[in-house]
Amino acid sequence: MEAYLRRTAMWYGGLSLLGGRVLRNLALPPSYLQHVVREIEVMGVRSLGVALIAAVFTGMVFALQSAVNMARFGAEAYVGPVSALAILRELGPVLTAILVGGKVASGITAELGSMKVTEQIDALRTLGVNYIKRLIVPRLLAAIVVFPLLTVLADVVGVLGGMVIMYLERGADMYTYWNVTTYWVVPRDFLMGVGKSVFFGAIVTLIGCYNGLSTEGGTEGLGRATTATVVHVTMGVIVSDFFLTKLILILFWGRV
Amino acid sequence: MTAIVEVIDVWKRFDGLEVLRGLSLEALKGETLVVMGGSGSGKTVLLRHIAGLIQPDRGQVKVFGQNIEALSEEELLPIRRRMGFVFQGAALFDSLSVHENVAYPLREHTRLSEDRIRARVVAALARVGLPEDVLPLLPSELSGGMRKRVGIARALMVEPDIMLYDEPTAGLDPTNARLVADLISEVQAGVCDTSIVVTHDLELTRAVATRVAVLIDGRFAALGPRDAVLESDEPVVRAFLTGEATSHRV
Repeated sequence: MEAYLRRTAMWYGGLSLLGGRVLRNLALPPSYLQHVVREIEVMGVRSLGVALIAAVFTGMVFALQSAVNMARFGAEAYVGPVSALAILRELGPVLTAILVGGKVASGITAELGSMKVTEQIDALRTLGVNYIKRLIVPRLLAAIVVFPLLTVLADVVGVLGGMVIMYLERGADMYTYWNVTTYWVVPRDFLMGVGKSVFFGAIVTLIGCYNGLSTEGGTEGLGRATTATVVHVTMGVIVSDFFLTKLILILFWGRV
Repeated sequence: MTAIVEVIDVWKRFDGLEVLRGLSLEALKGETLVVMGGSGSGKTVLLRHIAGLIQPDRGQVKVFGQNIEALSEEELLPIRRRMGFVFQGAALFDSLSVHENVAYPLREHTRLSEDRIRARVVAALARVGLPEDVLPLLPSELSGGMRKRVGIARALMVEPDIMLYDEPTAGLDPTNARLVADLISEVQAGVCDTSIVVTHDLELTRAVATRVAVLIDGRFAALGPRDAVLESDEPVVRAFLTGEATSHRV
């Protein structure tokens, strides 16, 4: 138990220290802009399919379930805003962060972990290269661009998916559905989710990088680190989502 | 002579095991210092301290007169740019070609044109005895000896004042080992001021060393001019050199 607590404390401490070092290095030259662009392509374009497919099916199933159950107390007309609020404020950013984050972060852990066990990171350091700036900062900057963009796209296809399934399955009028939705949903709902996705992008990438850099024990250790990353990312997103939501509600929604 | 590297009473422990126990040494300008020792004796740990890759639990490491154990990673970068480090496994970037590996320090630290970088890379490869044909190859397509030589070429690109070699002949056949030994001597004569070589290879030590230190169980059992150490009557040193030594640590 004591060893587990010590390991956990060291993990959180190490992650925080890495976060601090990344912040300190953000302003240092060189900018590695071409690496940021490459990472945006690796993270964003290659994750688009996963994010959009998950979003459209989630939007459809959420609208369908809501319709069936809200019809029991005569509130089917409100399926649009309920689905849209759920997608914009929670499902869009959280699902994107878990799915894309798990994929991206485990890839980062595998890459950096492999570099660590084969001494390539030490080689970078001995060549006088700032490895935080070279390996971590571009990934982090790319993530805080990519995650909000993917979340916006996931929001759009999620809401549209809900609308289309309501039309096809429940015969809803699409014009009315859209009007009721846009009447109840305000820009703040959309911005709340997008704002959270910036944080999720940063935390997910940091977890992937930290677990990669702290990989020990050769290829077996690399496997363990990659698996741990998927678990840490999922738990990190779900747990931080609660606190982030609470904070945003306090800051921007007044009394809660 | 000026001390380029000073290790002063350095202690290091990993997982409860004392690896370095109060080590002190100086590497002087113009010399090749060979640190010999069996597996697990702490040779590589010592070398990593000198490169600032790890920090001692106690003691000081001075490079170019600066205490490096107190410096942050960012503060260490200019000092590391004056060092070349050759890793035991070469530590080439496996997703980059030989050309990209060797050019890496130039692309990071200079604004040279691609033509000039290519010319410098070809010259560095020629210095280590490799033809231009290897430029497009990936590290996985090279033999162990070639990888080691590419690692040396990459380290030389920063025109270092100090070269650090970690087991440069480990895993090489006698021909390649002799090539690497010649290369270390050439580099010491023409490029850098000081070389520190960590090895358990007696032949290499005879070929390149100015002074020799014998590291046994985290302490120096001998440290002095090559011939004096290699012909030492000290029982522990003799036992190591003749292959009869047993480490007290398992």
